[in-house]
Amino acid sequence: MKRQVESLAAWLEDRTGLPGAVAHFLDEKIPASGGWHQVFGSVAMFLFLTQAFTGILLAFNYAPTPGEAYNSLRYILTEVAGGRLIRGLHHWGASMMIVVVVLHMLQVFVFGAYKKPRETTWMLGVVLLLLTLTYGLTGYLLPWDNRAYWGTVVTTKIAASAPIAGPYVTRLLGAASGVGVVTFARFYAVHVLILPPATLLLILAHVYLVRRHGVTPQPGDELLPKKPFYPVQVFKDTAAIFIAFAVLFMLAVVAKVPLEQLADPTDTSYIPRPEWYFLFLFQTLKFFEGPLEIVGSTVLPGLAVLALFAVPFIDRARMVKVTRRTVAIGFVILAGIGWGGLTAAAVMSTPREAVAQVDYSAPTDWIQLSPEEMAGIAYFRQESCASCHSAGSSLGPDLTRTGIHKDAAWMIRHFKQPAAVRPGSAMPPVELGDAQLNSLAAFLLKLTPENSTALTDAPDFAVRGAVVYQDGHCAACHMVNGVGMKVGPPLNGLAKRQTRSWVDDHFANPRKLSPGSIMPPYQFSAEDKKNLTAYLFSLPE
Amino acid sequence: MEKLESVPPPADGNSRRGFFQAGILGLGAAIAAALGLPALAYLLTPPKSKQPNRWIEIGELNQFAAGAPIEVAFRRNRTDAWKVVSEKDTVWVVKRADSSVTAFGPQCTHLGCAYHWDDGRQQFLCPCHSSLFRIDGSVISGPAPRPLDRYETRVENGRLMLGSLRTVGERQA
Repeated sequence: MKRQVESLAAWLEDRTGLPGAVAHFLDEKIPASGGWHQVFGSVAMFLFLTQAFTGILLAFNYAPTPGEAYNSLRYILTEVAGGRLIRGLHHWGASMMIVVVVLHMLQVFVFGAYKKPRETTWMLGVVLLLLTLTYGLTGYLLPWDNRAYWGTVVTTKIAASAPIAGPYVTRLLGAASGVGVVTFARFYAVHVLILPPATLLLILAHVYLVRRHGVTPQPGDELLPKKPFYPVQVFKDTAAIFIAFAVLFMLAVVAKVPLEQLADPTDTSYIPRPEWYFLFLFQTLKFFEGPLEIVGSTVLPGLAVLALFAVPFIDRARMVKVTRRTVAIGFVILAGIGWGGLTAAAVMSTPREAVAQVDYSAPTDWIQLSPEEMAGIAYFRQESCASCHSAGSSLGPDLTRTGIHKDAAWMIRHFKQPAAVRPGSAMPPVELGDAQLNSLAAFLLKLTPENSTALTDAPDFAVRGAVVYQDGHCAACHMVNGVGMKVGPPLNGLAKRQTRSWVDDHFANPRKLSPGSIMPPYQFSAEDKKNLTAYLFSLPE
Repeated sequence: MEKLESVPPPADGNSRRGFFQAGILGLGAAIAAALGLPALAYLLTPPKSKQPNRWIEIGELNQFAAGAPIEVAFRRNRTDAWKVVSEKDTVWVVKRADSSVTAFGPQCTHLGCAYHWDDGRQQFLCPCHSSLFRIDGSVISGPAPRPLDRYETRVENGRLMLGSLRTVGERQA
């Protein structure tokens, strides 16, 4: 066996030279001071490869055109096995990559590793940082939800404000007449066709330069013998990669990435926010108004990038020990404080979500239910029915799986006196009024294995809103999802016709806003009104 | 500690080297598994089907004459992953004297060509490779491996409804 392996290795060596090249690569001699602080480059490269892998997987189920993009992403999230995990890895991987690339640059900066003869290695690194940010900017549009659309509207407007180049950049981005299909196609092409090969080539050049000049030694290293890259440093790199991957995996599993509603160019109430790593730019922009705006939007960021490129030429001093690089360390601390302060200010000035949003990354079967059935979900939750009637419990039948072959009258008797219709039942009676029991029965009659996600995924504001709707007898005049009367206007598509504040004001005094209306005034509590409006605005058209 | 590595391996040097090599392989394998297994599930598991097959009405039963097969066109909504496509489809309806109905899928079971009813011969004939079927869908001759596929049918208030298309067993050897 061993002999066969050896002869295969010899054959490969003779025909390709690959084993020798790998051995040569792994046997690189690094300075004695090398160690844990030099793992970030490897971690960044690993994250890039992971992004490529998860990105390709997403592309297998993704339709890159507006509208379709959103629907196919919803399909990935709600119907494809592992889709949510893969998308989570890709989403959080982007953030992790920014973090690791910046850590890598900080290490190089603090250790003075950009100094002669490594200036080009540093400048290539700056280009790689810009590519990483461009991935973030272009990938942001690809879900084509409201967040993606409105975020990109701001991005393209900023690009348009650039002096001289503005109109040309706008045309290049396909955003001359607003963000649309052309913008989307260009962002997608940049994200998947231009950036990955460019990144790959630049990483190769970057690593080649690292090999050419060797890992940067520290003062004092010249007295010590060098050590091989493999296996100790490779192990440290792998361990760091493993830690980074474990964090990424946890984020992908635990931190839900929401999907908002389909991009709506007419939704003028939407307040876009950039991704967290662009918040400092967003905040900087606020300090400059009117004609000075381009200072914050293009001049300052442009100067910052130039300064970053010029670092090796600004600081030409001789290499000194890390502990004596007080200016560099002080600069990093100041930059950190500045970045942190701007980001914190941006986070604090973000208005709290005034209205509840529907998360379309989860199944939304509940959206098809009538208000009465939705109210039934509220009572199902309020009475903790699921503590016995669920897959995990043997106390009562799992109502989501079996389907219920009883009628409403049987159910209501069962709710009131469980043992009377089912002798020996240990179920406690449900203490609710008749109207509420009717709602509960209506929901249970509608419950099938296909729409059972409604039980867990219907948002709290929607079921509470439906209870207010039922208590106010709104269905006596209005229709929702085909249920109710047509005395008043049907409420599906209300979000398209009116603003939230109009609806809020309308409850208190209908005749003021729609003269001749026969709708009675309603005095809801603030909580009830918020839930009801949010529920009505979440209805499908 | 760090300096030891460059010194020629002492007696325990091999085990130390072995530890690092095993660590690299182990951690690498763990990452590969954590990425690879979800990827396989993602690519190979059939997606959850949200839309159970609906029954489609294709017309009043009365409007179909008994006897000769009739080709009926209808529209159906088919869920194709994230898309619902409305598409035209046809079905060969055979209504017998007792009003019982059979509905055949419009494709030959050999290679999927559209076959037709040959009035003279009173047989279904596929023009591609000359498969012949009886009026009950069974194979008379030709390369077709099994009888014509049938739709589930149901009559509701005098309307003919189609369910899903089913194959009817392989041809007896």
